[in-house]
Amino acid sequence: MKSKDRNYFKILRAGINTTYQDLGRNNLYHIGIPFSGAMDKRNFQLLNSLLQNDYNSPVIEFAYQGPHLKYFGKDIFFCISGNVSFKIITKEGVIDGNSYQCYLLKNGDEVDIHSTNKSVYGYFSINGTFGVDYYWGSCSINTQAQIGPNNGNKFSKDLEIEIIDINNSFNKRKLDYLGSTIENIRVIKGTNYDYFSESSQNKFFKESFKITKLSDRMGMRLEGPKIQNIVDPNIKSEGLVKGVIQITSAGDPIIMLSDHGTIGGYPKIATVISADYDRLVQLTPGSNIKFKDVSLEDAETLYKLYQMETNNIISQIK
Amino acid sequence: MIKNILNLGDAALYCDFGSDVNQEINSNVIKYFYHIKKLNLKGITNLTPSYNKLIISYDLNIHSFLSLKKKIENIEIKENNKLEKNLIEIPVCCDNNFALDIKRVENKLKLKSEIILEKFFSKNYFCYMTGFVAGMPFLGDLEKDMRLKRLETPRVKVPKGSVGITEQFCNIYTFETPGGWNILGNTPQNIFDTSNQSNPNLVNPGDTIKFYRITLNQYNEIKR
Repeated sequence: MKSKDRNYFKILRAGINTTYQDLGRNNLYHIGIPFSGAMDKRNFQLLNSLLQNDYNSPVIEFAYQGPHLKYFGKDIFFCISGNVSFKIITKEGVIDGNSYQCYLLKNGDEVDIHSTNKSVYGYFSINGTFGVDYYWGSCSINTQAQIGPNNGNKFSKDLEIEIIDINNSFNKRKLDYLGSTIENIRVIKGTNYDYFSESSQNKFFKESFKITKLSDRMGMRLEGPKIQNIVDPNIKSEGLVKGVIQITSAGDPIIMLSDHGTIGGYPKIATVISADYDRLVQLTPGSNIKFKDVSLEDAETLYKLYQMETNNIISQIK
Repeated sequence: MIKNILNLGDAALYCDFGSDVNQEINSNVIKYFYHIKKLNLKGITNLTPSYNKLIISYDLNIHSFLSLKKKIENIEIKENNKLEKNLIEIPVCCDNNFALDIKRVENKLKLKSEIILEKFFSKNYFCYMTGFVAGMPFLGDLEKDMRLKRLETPRVKVPKGSVGITEQFCNIYTFETPGGWNILGNTPQNIFDTSNQSNPNLVNPGDTIKFYRITLNQYNEIKR
């Protein structure tokens, strides 16, 4: 490609844990590779809908602080989803941007993504396609197993993000959406629920737990009342799924997130329901959460309602 | 052969094959795993076989717990369904730089290091499962007098290629990761190959592993 034909972003500042993500990779747990994929699937879906991209197009995910990008190429639109503060720097001046709104970028313009507000993850993409390699059908970067584009590593300064395709028939769109928060995390009791004392079972549902700083794409460690194991602090290692809450030997809960180890040997007290996963991962360290027990049937219904709500939000894009 | 099917959260079946860890139960798990994998059922997003459980993750938009449970319960697997087994030979160097825990193992087992290694290399090991991190095989069983607990405080970083033992099992660290197994040596062989997308794992559930001992010179030669 001649350099004058190239369309790309140069990374002036990488931000924290900035990676490519899509819907992730399936059917690889048996060899130790987790789903990965965008942590907050709703915001991933909203972004691709706003930009009229394919539903599984790659986006750039960042945590807490996003990247500062400088654009080189022909006119392009970009959009950001999540609760994010960012500035657009052009020759005309600097403006504050709004999430869920598309903006035009010209050659030499910059996007400086300062931070996510009262949330963890934000998403950035364009009306087009990033030039990524696919590994097992997905471009999601899993930094723990070093799988994915950029040799499985998070983005770093001076990296250039290629754009291989721009959708020229794109019309600028926006969405009025304030995001959705959650107070109680709803869970289904786990397969080892009876490993824990009755008073600990009660504490698990009555008292609150604090999200610690030891939280990333693999898992979320919580702090609160110690959960007392009365059977065995270990089980024979077996498969895990995202949302499983294990209790460590020290009595602390740890929630498995999208890049989790595929098998584990701590007892499972509960599993977060699918409908609450997107909102769980957005809770910042220091937040307090309470768990609420729901039945399997209710969890299945709540997931359908959550999906309907997502589709309803998408239908409001103008 | 499945004793009971429970739910693990709202998007996975928890198939229980028993509570013991032995090759017979594990072979049943693996047979089901390969059989269901071949069926290529729509909406199944992951299958995770382990010692005595099989977790089946599914897309909630396509299945509900009860409908998928019924489907799995109706699967018939012939007892004589043969398991595909490969014998894989893996070189291990037990030079002092690699055998990080040999002193601890000597103390705990009250055996001399040469005896420990002789016993370790004299057996073939069965692969029960792979996972935790990509490609890591869980192998067994060690002789009764070779069994000890994991380290009290896990290492923050276990070097890639480390071969470790704990209880009746041994494994190979396919990536540098935290871990608490007793490390006896290191293999120069790549156990997980990201560039081979059709078959990245050198060792798969049901395979048999034969470790053989190599010198540091041989190790360096293979590594080169």
